[in-house]
Amino acid sequence: MNRTFPQLLLQHAAERADAPALREKEYGIWQTHSWSQLARLVEKVAAGLQQAGLQRGEHMVVIGSNRPRLYATMLAIQTVGAIPVPLYQDAVAAECIFPLTNAEVRFAMVEDQEQVDKLLEIRDRCPLLTRIWFDDPRGLRKYSEDGLQDIEALMAAGAQFAAAHPAWFRETVAKASPEEVAAMFFTSGTTGNPKGVVHTHATLLDRASAGAEFDKLTSSEEVLAYLPPAWIGQNIFSYAQWLACGYVVNCPESASTVSIDLKEVGPTYYFAPPRIFEGLLTSVTIRMEDAGLIKRKMFAACMALAQRVGPALMDGQPVGAWDRLKYALGNLLVYGPLRNNLGFSRVRVAYTAGEAIGPDLFSFYRSIGINLKQLYGSTETAVFVCLQPDNQARADTVGVPIRGVEIKVADNGEILVKSAGLLKEYYKNPEATAEVLTADGWYHTSDAGFLDAHGHLKIIDRVKDVGRIQGGANDGAMFAPKYVENKLKFFPHIKEVVALGDRREKVCVMVNIDFDAVGNWAERRNLPYAGYTDLAQKPEVYELIKGCVEKVNADLATDTLLAGSQVSRFLVLHKELDADDGELTRTNKVRRGFIAEKYGVLVDALYSGKSEQYIETQVKFEDGRTGSVSATLKISDTKTFAPVKTAA
Amino acid sequence: MNHKKIGDVVLDVNNISLRFGGVNALTDISFDVREHEIRSIIGPNGAGKSSMLNCINGVYTPQQGSITFRGQTFSHMNSRQVAEMGIGRTFQNLALFKGMSVIDNIMTGRNLKIKSNILMQALRIGPAEREEIAHREFVEHIIDFLEIQAHRKTPVGQLPYGLQKRVDLGRALAMEPQVLLLDEPMAGMNVEEKQDMCRFVLDVNDEFGTTIVLIEHDMGVVMDISDRVVVLDYGKKIGDGEPEAVRNSEDVIAAYLGTSH
Repeated sequence: MNRTFPQLLLQHAAERADAPALREKEYGIWQTHSWSQLARLVEKVAAGLQQAGLQRGEHMVVIGSNRPRLYATMLAIQTVGAIPVPLYQDAVAAECIFPLTNAEVRFAMVEDQEQVDKLLEIRDRCPLLTRIWFDDPRGLRKYSEDGLQDIEALMAAGAQFAAAHPAWFRETVAKASPEEVAAMFFTSGTTGNPKGVVHTHATLLDRASAGAEFDKLTSSEEVLAYLPPAWIGQNIFSYAQWLACGYVVNCPESASTVSIDLKEVGPTYYFAPPRIFEGLLTSVTIRMEDAGLIKRKMFAACMALAQRVGPALMDGQPVGAWDRLKYALGNLLVYGPLRNNLGFSRVRVAYTAGEAIGPDLFSFYRSIGINLKQLYGSTETAVFVCLQPDNQARADTVGVPIRGVEIKVADNGEILVKSAGLLKEYYKNPEATAEVLTADGWYHTSDAGFLDAHGHLKIIDRVKDVGRIQGGANDGAMFAPKYVENKLKFFPHIKEVVALGDRREKVCVMVNIDFDAVGNWAERRNLPYAGYTDLAQKPEVYELIKGCVEKVNADLATDTLLAGSQVSRFLVLHKELDADDGELTRTNKVRRGFIAEKYGVLVDALYSGKSEQYIETQVKFEDGRTGSVSATLKISDTKTFAPVKTAA
Repeated sequence: MNHKKIGDVVLDVNNISLRFGGVNALTDISFDVREHEIRSIIGPNGAGKSSMLNCINGVYTPQQGSITFRGQTFSHMNSRQVAEMGIGRTFQNLALFKGMSVIDNIMTGRNLKIKSNILMQALRIGPAEREEIAHREFVEHIIDFLEIQAHRKTPVGQLPYGLQKRVDLGRALAMEPQVLLLDEPMAGMNVEEKQDMCRFVLDVNDEFGTTIVLIEHDMGVVMDISDRVVVLDYGKKIGDGEPEAVRNSEDVIAAYLGTSH
């Protein structure tokens, strides 16, 4: 697609002037902006920005949730040849300093008072920042800071200029080239400063249209935009593909009304990280538990049937006529109303990505007739690398490479990607660019994985975390800690897992039980316990966890590559891993190295064959005080299985 | 961030005394409220704070004294007249219609503004429908202002207490009051709910220029948001002034801490 985003806007405005482009719910009513209205809005903002002195190639920050005028601002910035840099609206002020100074930002468009306050707070550390515009004036009436202005004022100035130069907008849009930089996305680095990922119109639109082609998206799709626009996933789904296909993007009324708005809009194309799907399922489960006996029975019976035949039906596999009939009845009584209640009655294509999704969760949605699929990609690849075809969605793979993508697995197991959608560079960071983007055009994902027998990509872990078993029966086998941890974490009773095994002769894990789930489980069994530490050490709980571990082992045994990663021994930790104690990152990822060091005695006990170990741990309470917990932890052996050769 | 403009006296309370049988609920209370200010009334339990609001609001008729609102002095008023003059209030013990939705509850606040009669409304004839749309729009602005969009159609009884308080405030705002009487808007709330409520009170004061008379027990809140504070104890006024002055007054400290002097 040899166009720029503003050129696509004008094309839609010319061909389908009155078709809806954006909808926003305001004052209880969905307000529609047609393509031609949107084009006029963009013209005014663009002219205003040009008047304010926004230069070609300059970066301008946009902060806020999904609001039509912020979308228009992104298009306006691109119109004048500048580069929009969307930032996360929930980032704290200090996190905005680096992007603002790194990209030498002079102008910012923000959503509301909260964002204005944030920028004013760091203004003295970002001396270049001179102008701030806001979309929602609430609470800002009395602010008199220099350079702070309502977007209305910007648009009024722009409208004046546009009236005097009626051809300016079209001419400016026409002369842009798709090879110009279209946007920059800052990725949250776990270490060091974030990196600005630079994309051109061509890279973003190439992937957007390849993805649209794969799923046969048309201009009649409806999308609900509710994730942060600073995240490339949201940007691709509700900006790049929106302009590539010309469908309708709906902006929810507020963050708290998303589920209501979802129901009202009934999107046909939907995207969410696994935790959203998990939250929806939990709310369904809770409501079903409160329902009357007949409804509960009906739900249970229908869901059992759906679990058995639903995924097969979705995958287009043969299903007996009697089961088909029963499923149709279930659809009438349960699945249809349930889809409707979740806001998914019109969903044609739904995606989940970002992290691993539990197989039960994944098949629940597929079994009730929602075409939920997985994809693989990152900010650097403009999202679309691999997608799952409609009839081949599986929980443990991420799909096949789509048009324009080449995939290669390096000797160390790292997945390399080549496509027309790769990043241009990391902004002002040639070393980092050279690390991931080699001269031969391959992008190094730093994910380890392989293409399975059906050509589907399977991700195992981060390359740097993948280790090897040394010595023992499985000498030299691959050890993928996160893969093992995720498999265990899919059990509702397990909250966190730390897997050890690199350069050791076997794999051992430390488990954190989910206090709510296991506590509930214990209460239903009349199993008394005094608190977390006590519950964690109950022999019954050890049996429960042992069952989970052995199921995972049986599953790993079927995987030729990872059969050596089966867990030999485990223990249940006496305290919850906590970010305050440095055991988790702020985004709740386990810090394996730190934990192995802190709980060194436990690690030694796991590998020395002891059956229990005493430990005392310092803990930090929420109010900053410290205390200590001590316990004698049991260590349990588990059954491992001989590798199974599957006929794959 | 900026200094607001406090105007002239809008509400002047003169020598009010209120007795229930032998109990002197209020004795010779006088204070004034200026345009755009946030005026707090504080005092220990039973000090007469709610009685004071009830006098202003026309629920109780004081035996002595007068109240002047925008130059009009009155000693007998019923609550409807007070509402028509532009004084709105919220209640300490929520008086919402539990079974009705948030929209309908706030809509009842528009009651005084609706011109068409019940028959026209029932049959949707004449200007009734147009009028309802206009009022609904106003209500939607309040819902937006108070950020309760997610609960528009929820029966009020099902909402958590903090949100019910917000709906109560919404209903009072629906009558577009010039002076808003808030009776313990933050009672029974947790810290976060209190912060939210404070912000709404300040925003109402700021955005709409509404004068606010507030009864509150949380001293932190009172000292933070009030322009001036009246202190009552056993029905008598024992302090009046800016928060800092009141905080340091010996009489006030004694009333709260119970020291003898």
